[in-house]
Amino acid sequence: MSIDIDIVSPENMVYAKPELMNDTHMHYCPGCSHGVVHKLIAEVIQELDLKEKTIGIAPVGCAVFAYNYLDIDWQEAAHGRAPALATAAKRLNPDKMVFTYQGDGDLAAIGTAETLHAANRGENIAIIYINNGIYGMTGGQMSPTTLINMATATSPSGRTTSKDGAPLDMSKLLAQLDGVCLVSRQAVHTAANVKRAKRMIRLAFENSMAGKGTSVVEIVSTCSSGWKMTPAASNDWMVDNMFPVFPLGDLKNI
Amino acid sequence: MAKVKGVVVVNDERCKGCDLCVVSCPCDVLELHQHEVNSKGYHYVYMKNPEACIGCANCGYVCPDGCLTIYRKKNQ
Repeated sequence: MSIDIDIVSPENMVYAKPELMNDTHMHYCPGCSHGVVHKLIAEVIQELDLKEKTIGIAPVGCAVFAYNYLDIDWQEAAHGRAPALATAAKRLNPDKMVFTYQGDGDLAAIGTAETLHAANRGENIAIIYINNGIYGMTGGQMSPTTLINMATATSPSGRTTSKDGAPLDMSKLLAQLDGVCLVSRQAVHTAANVKRAKRMIRLAFENSMAGKGTSVVEIVSTCSSGWKMTPAASNDWMVDNMFPVFPLGDLKNI
Repeated sequence: MAKVKGVVVVNDERCKGCDLCVVSCPCDVLELHQHEVNSKGYHYVYMKNPEACIGCANCGYVCPDGCLTIYRKKNQ
């Protein structure tokens, strides 16, 4: 029962951390979906050979330090304003690939106006939208996408429709806009889902370079610290509770 | 004996012991160390059952911290 050292050689390697992701240890909690999505972005940029042509717009939220982990050009936007900054970056540098990386508190709450109007204008940017139904960084407060009856720091007895409204489906809203060419909702809890999510992120980045309009890839994610569960239990809870409200699939792909 | 043989190399220091690779493994190869921890205090993952590994890389795909490198070779 020992490891076969002969197999460990470069020609047999089937999976490794992407080169664009540096050796800095990520500050995310154990099991956080952010890490997987960071890896996918790094892999896609590498595959499309866009390293020198990519401008990422980091959000406010847990992923605020994304610029520490991926060796590409980044700009840091004020909370929710990533699509506005991305608009400027893409209009001034039309040959660059510009993407924003935003959470649900960033994109669906404080940045709703910027997101909807950037998408309505059909800016040639890609929006990666991490939806875990909670404000993770600030301690697990209720976000616009928090599920009904879900307990958070600011809704300890559960979200109610009468008091807080229903979960906001931003992808569905964005899919109605003419400027948007791609809206896809994915997850990264299994290897198969990771591969599908990567395909859609790749398509979004290709759309940005081809000038087809705004692409939105929503990743339904977990927040094991905010949800107060183990990472594996969070994934199960996401499948049972998040997916019925935020079903996976393409909402728009033209 | 399986037609392919795999090896998972773990970057112990990067691992946060989230357990996601363990539950994603179809062959029950991986396990978190019960007692040993890395410098951050996490029980990092190791190959409990290396003979069973088929190098499918499911663990690598779901690892949020990019600490797994997977190798695969066909049996001669």
